[in-house]
Amino acid sequence: MATRAEALYHHPVTLSERPDFAVIGEIVQPGSRVLDLGCGEGELLAWLIENKKILARGVEISSSDVRRAIARGVSVYQGDIDEGLADYPEKAFDYVILSQTLQETRSPLKVLHEMLRVGRRAIVSFPNFGHWSVRTSMLFNGQAPKTRMFPYNWYDSPNIHFLSINDFEDLCREHKFPIERRYFLAGSKRVERFPNLIAQTAVFLLG
Amino acid sequence: MIVETQCARFESIALEGGATLSPVEVAYETYGELNAARSNAILITHAFTGDAHAAGISHETAKPGWWDNMIGPGKAFDTDRHFIICSNVLGGCQGTTGPGSINLVTGLPYALSFPVITIRDMVRLEKMLVDSLGISHLLCVAGGSMGGMQALEWAVTYPESVRCVIPIATTWRHSAQQIAFNEVGRQAIMADPDWCQGDYYDKKPPARGLSVARMVGHITYMSDESMREKFGRKLREKEKFGFDFGVDFEVESYLRYRGSQFVSRFDANSYLYITKAEDYFDLTNGTGKLTDAFRTVDTRFLIISFTSDWLYPSYQSQEIVRVLRRLNGDVAYVDLRSNYGHDAFLVDIAEQSEIVRGFLESTARLAEAA
Repeated sequence: MATRAEALYHHPVTLSERPDFAVIGEIVQPGSRVLDLGCGEGELLAWLIENKKILARGVEISSSDVRRAIARGVSVYQGDIDEGLADYPEKAFDYVILSQTLQETRSPLKVLHEMLRVGRRAIVSFPNFGHWSVRTSMLFNGQAPKTRMFPYNWYDSPNIHFLSINDFEDLCREHKFPIERRYFLAGSKRVERFPNLIAQTAVFLLG
Repeated sequence: MIVETQCARFESIALEGGATLSPVEVAYETYGELNAARSNAILITHAFTGDAHAAGISHETAKPGWWDNMIGPGKAFDTDRHFIICSNVLGGCQGTTGPGSINLVTGLPYALSFPVITIRDMVRLEKMLVDSLGISHLLCVAGGSMGGMQALEWAVTYPESVRCVIPIATTWRHSAQQIAFNEVGRQAIMADPDWCQGDYYDKKPPARGLSVARMVGHITYMSDESMREKFGRKLREKEKFGFDFGVDFEVESYLRYRGSQFVSRFDANSYLYITKAEDYFDLTNGTGKLTDAFRTVDTRFLIISFTSDWLYPSYQSQEIVRVLRRLNGDVAYVDLRSNYGHDAFLVDIAEQSEIVRGFLESTARLAEAA
C-alpha cells in the first residue's frame, strides 16, 4: 500500500533551483506539521511531502502561484503573510518556514514573533545584504546595488527591507529569538568563515 | 456523450421544518463508471435554477448540460476516471418532487401546501440517493453558489461520507443583501395577479412576475464590467432612442429575453421555495459560531471565489477559510481573477479546471493511501 506522501506525487520534485531548500529539507523531521509562508508554487512543500511525509500547509499571496500549488496537490490558501498567521492556534505546527521572504514582509518583526507563536520552530532563510558583491556594487557605483541575489531595480524590487546576516543575529539577540542552528551558503556550498561577507544566503533555525 | 435523466423514488423524507414528504422522487443523471471499490464517485450539486442535466447532451432536449465545460472525458471532473452524479434539488421543478408535483393525497399539485424546505433537506435527499446507488463514501461533493452551500452542508452533516468538498462562489450563510435580492424576486412573483396564491397550475402561470424575478437575478450574476463589455450603452436594432418605453438598449433586450426564456423552464413556486431555502441557510444554525460547525470535520476543502463576484463576495469564502485554518483543517483557497461576476464559476473555467483537477487527483491518491 502506498503511503500518504507517496500517494501525492507521481513525479519526483527536485530542489536544485533553490540552495536553501536543500538545507530546509535537511532540517525538517519526517512526519512533522509544516507551514510554509510565501510558498510560491508549493515546490518545497511538494518535495517535503514526497521525501519527509509531512503534513503540509502553505500561504501565498499570488493567485497564479496558489493556482499552480493547488493543481500539484498542495493545500495552499491565498492570503497575506502579515495578517494570515493570527488565525492559527499556538504551536499548531512543528515548523513554520519563511523562505526568502522575510525581506518582502511589511512587518518582519511581527512575522517572526508570530512564527514562533504558531510553530515550535521557525526556519528563516534570506539573501545576505552584507555579501561582498553588494558592498562593492554600492561602493563603486554609488547606486542601489544590483547583484545576482538582488537583481531588481530599486523601483520594482519586491524587497522592502535589506538585512545582512549580522543584522539578523543582532535582531535575534535583542528580541531573544533562540537560534538553534545557522547555515550559511554561497551558491549551494556551505560557508564557515566570514559568513556575513561571503554567504549569499542564510538559513536560521529558531526555537 | 448522450445522457438520460433517471428517477429514484423513496417512500418518504422527514424535513427539518418538521413535515414529512411522502413519497419523494429525485431526478438524477450519472456520467462515467463506478469503479469496483466504489471509491470514485463525485456528487455535483447545482445552483439555484440548475437541474440534474449537468453534462453531456440530453437525450430528450439535445441540449448540453449546465456544467458541460467542467464535466466530461479529460475535463476537470473527468468521466474517464470518476463516476459523476448530479440530481435536481428537493423543491425543484425538473423532475424532483417540488411544489408543482402532484400530492397523492389530494390528487392536485402541492402548490403552497408544499412544506418549506432547507438546504439541509436537499442534502438529506442527496444522501438518500447516493446511498441507494450503493455508495458509502463520496470522493467529492462540488458545486457553485447554492451548489456550494450544499457541498458545505455535506461536509458538516456527513463528514464521514465525503473525502473532499469544493464549494465555489458561495457562503456559509446568506447575507442581508442576498436575502434582499431573493425577496425582490419573490415579491415580483407574488405581485403578479396570475400567481393566485400559488394556485395557478391549471391556469396561466405568473409569467411576468417570474420573468422580472429572473431579470433581477441575472443582474446579480454579472458584474459592472461584464455588463459594460457585453452591452455598454448599445442600442437594440435602432440608431436613436425610441422616446417610448419599448426596448432601447441591448441590455434591456437581453434581460427580457432571459426572463421570458426562464418562464418556459421554471416553476414560480419552486422559485419561492428554493430562494427561501437559500435565505434560511446558515451552517451554524443561527449561533454564528462557524468554528463549532466545523470542529469535527476532517474533510479536505478546496474553496474558490472570484474577484468580481459581488453577489457572493470573496470575503464570505474567506470567512470559511479562516475558521478552517483556526481548526488547522486541510483547506486550499484561491480568489480567482475574473470579470464575469458570480457567473464566473459557470463560464470562466480554464483556471478553475486546472485547480479542481489537481485537487481531485491528490485527494484520490490520499484516499487510496488511507
